[in-house]
Amino acid sequence: MADSFPAPRIDPIRSRYLDLVRRRQLYSGLTLTIFAVLMASGFGLANDRNAGGFLDGIGNIFAFPANVIEEAAAKIADMPANLLRFFPALVETVNIAAVSTLVGGTAGFALALLSTRGLAPWALAIPLFRRAMDVMRAVPEIVIALVLIYVLGGGPVPAMIAIAFHTAGALGKLFSEVNENADLKPVEGLASVGAGWAQRMWLGVVPQVAPNYLSYALLRFEINIRASAILGFVGAGGLGYELKNAMSWGQGRFDQAAAIFLLLFAAIVVFDQLSSHVRDRLTKGAAA
Amino acid sequence: MSDTAVLKRGAVGLIGRKRLIAFAFPGLVLAYLAYVAIAFDVAGLAERARLDNGRTLLADSYSYKTHVTRDNRSGEVTVAIEGERKGTYAADAPPDWVERKGARTQIDLGDGHLVSFGPEMVSYNVPGYGLIEARPSVSAGVETNLTGPLPDWISLSRNRLAVTTEAGRLTVTRNRSEVFRYFVGWELFFFTLDSPYHGHSAASLLFGPQIDPDRSNLAGAWHDFWRNPMWRHADVAWALFETVLMAFLGTMGAALVALPLAFLAARNFTPVMAIRFGIRRVFDFVRGVDGLIWTIVLARAFGPGPMTGALAILFTDSGTFGKMFSEALENVDRRQIEGVQSTGAPLLARYRFGVIPQITPVLLSQALYYLESNTRSATVIGAITGGGIGLLLTQAIITQKDWEEVSYYIVLIVLMVSAMDWISGILRRRLIRGA
Repeated sequence: MADSFPAPRIDPIRSRYLDLVRRRQLYSGLTLTIFAVLMASGFGLANDRNAGGFLDGIGNIFAFPANVIEEAAAKIADMPANLLRFFPALVETVNIAAVSTLVGGTAGFALALLSTRGLAPWALAIPLFRRAMDVMRAVPEIVIALVLIYVLGGGPVPAMIAIAFHTAGALGKLFSEVNENADLKPVEGLASVGAGWAQRMWLGVVPQVAPNYLSYALLRFEINIRASAILGFVGAGGLGYELKNAMSWGQGRFDQAAAIFLLLFAAIVVFDQLSSHVRDRLTKGAAA
Repeated sequence: MSDTAVLKRGAVGLIGRKRLIAFAFPGLVLAYLAYVAIAFDVAGLAERARLDNGRTLLADSYSYKTHVTRDNRSGEVTVAIEGERKGTYAADAPPDWVERKGARTQIDLGDGHLVSFGPEMVSYNVPGYGLIEARPSVSAGVETNLTGPLPDWISLSRNRLAVTTEAGRLTVTRNRSEVFRYFVGWELFFFTLDSPYHGHSAASLLFGPQIDPDRSNLAGAWHDFWRNPMWRHADVAWALFETVLMAFLGTMGAALVALPLAFLAARNFTPVMAIRFGIRRVFDFVRGVDGLIWTIVLARAFGPGPMTGALAILFTDSGTFGKMFSEALENVDRRQIEGVQSTGAPLLARYRFGVIPQITPVLLSQALYYLESNTRSATVIGAITGGGIGLLLTQAIITQKDWEEVSYYIVLIVLMVSAMDWISGILRRRLIRGA
């Protein structure tokens, strides 16, 4: 059999293949090397620019948590009172997240309908709304929050507006991806009986996409709880604000910080579990 | 007949329930919003809101003012952009709308508004209103020629006169007289006044005669622009880079840490339940302790800086990545691994050629997706730990003065995040198609 395939015909193929393999290996090797060099030099650079170096600090990494736990343990009797005291702040943080998800989700819903081909009432304006959503997503919450805190004063409202703005852009994009997959037949059916645009959307599209919308909104809610805690730290109320106060008043407040850490951790875990449970049901229910 | 009746009753009940839900759900949402409006004290917002701050912010973001100040004790007149020392005009070369004649200074605010600082008197000719004269003196405060009821754009007290018109603003106190003139644009964005290149156009810099005998035009102009002491372009560029660096190190570091751990958390690679459970709880814990807490804890250990920010991102995201990667690993196709195994490949080669190629697209696309979102997080974390553009932004906002810099930073941040979004999108499409 081997004679029927003369060697000169196989050899070039093999050498070409090996060549390709070698070149591929070279490329992936190069990519990996570049990546490794980037990581190493990046960490070196960041290390140099840091106030304390990595090697100096690595020993202290547990010092602060140990301090906090020690003090919390010493004043364990105060813990229930502290938890109770900061619970309203937790409620505020969760409220900020919930309202901004609601408001941002509603705006995102409108933006998504306006920027999906086949559903948008003004097809020409689709790129406009898409770019608008891109910009809304690109603005970090802290930028709007800081500016609004300056104008509106500290408190939950600036954080709420800031997070809602970002949420509208982020959810709008996800929603419009869901819309792309929606079946247009119900919409056409409704159009044939003379339904207006709002009716077509509400009765033809929304029932199809609602489970996916809800699941994305819940995921966003989770993210927004974290965001609203962080924004509190720059002056927007809620747990973050209390945490900043507890931390900046020097020694002796770590028991309060511990209570806040606990509340935040518990809230994040609880809402994480809750939302993943509901999302599971939503997606499974949609499939069944 | 009775069958249809039962069916009908059922249908009516169902529709009734649906209708109830359709009304109850928006009702609940509205009730919640009303509760939050009370909890957030939205009604009190109108009192707390300082709209004049908003107005300054808006006006400052696209315009700037030049101060002409006369010290009424020494008689010295200075012209300075935004009243800053770095933007002060040399005494012998004021801008062309300020004219010096001996002890008098004529300031043309445009549209016929003329202010003159004399040795004794300050006068402001407002078109359509008349000449306002004021005589500041240490003993008698500010005396003016104004009588009768004053329009609301003039405020006058014994020691102070302030006139605000659309052309500018004049304040006279016993110690000093000051005029603001507003201009559209960002002042001295390219060169400060002490640079020899100020006031030259790009064409004259490129093709015109050499301005500074010691330096070529291009090198000198670049140096003076890059080291502009007011806008600090070099520092801003570095801050942007630092923010991207934090995001990059945090995201990629997290992916590198999470990958081996994900194998330990995946059912099909780690049959020992206890290990799996332990690693998964570690992932949950690291994820649940929010980025905010990590940032604070790490800032205590490492001090402020980009390293702290990068590590905070790394910690939070290794939990997220660990969870996602282990889920991806559980969905791996066994047949490829068995195929590699059938050639007698050892364990490591089985993973390298049987598993890694399957999860690379998921892994890379998730990492790149997070790279973009972490650029935003790095801005926030930078504001807390003190690194990158987030720090510059908070500083500029806290000083409450340079709102044009705030808007400049905001524009840069949006451009930075969009650029990262764009790059990560391109890479994701490339890698997934390539894989």
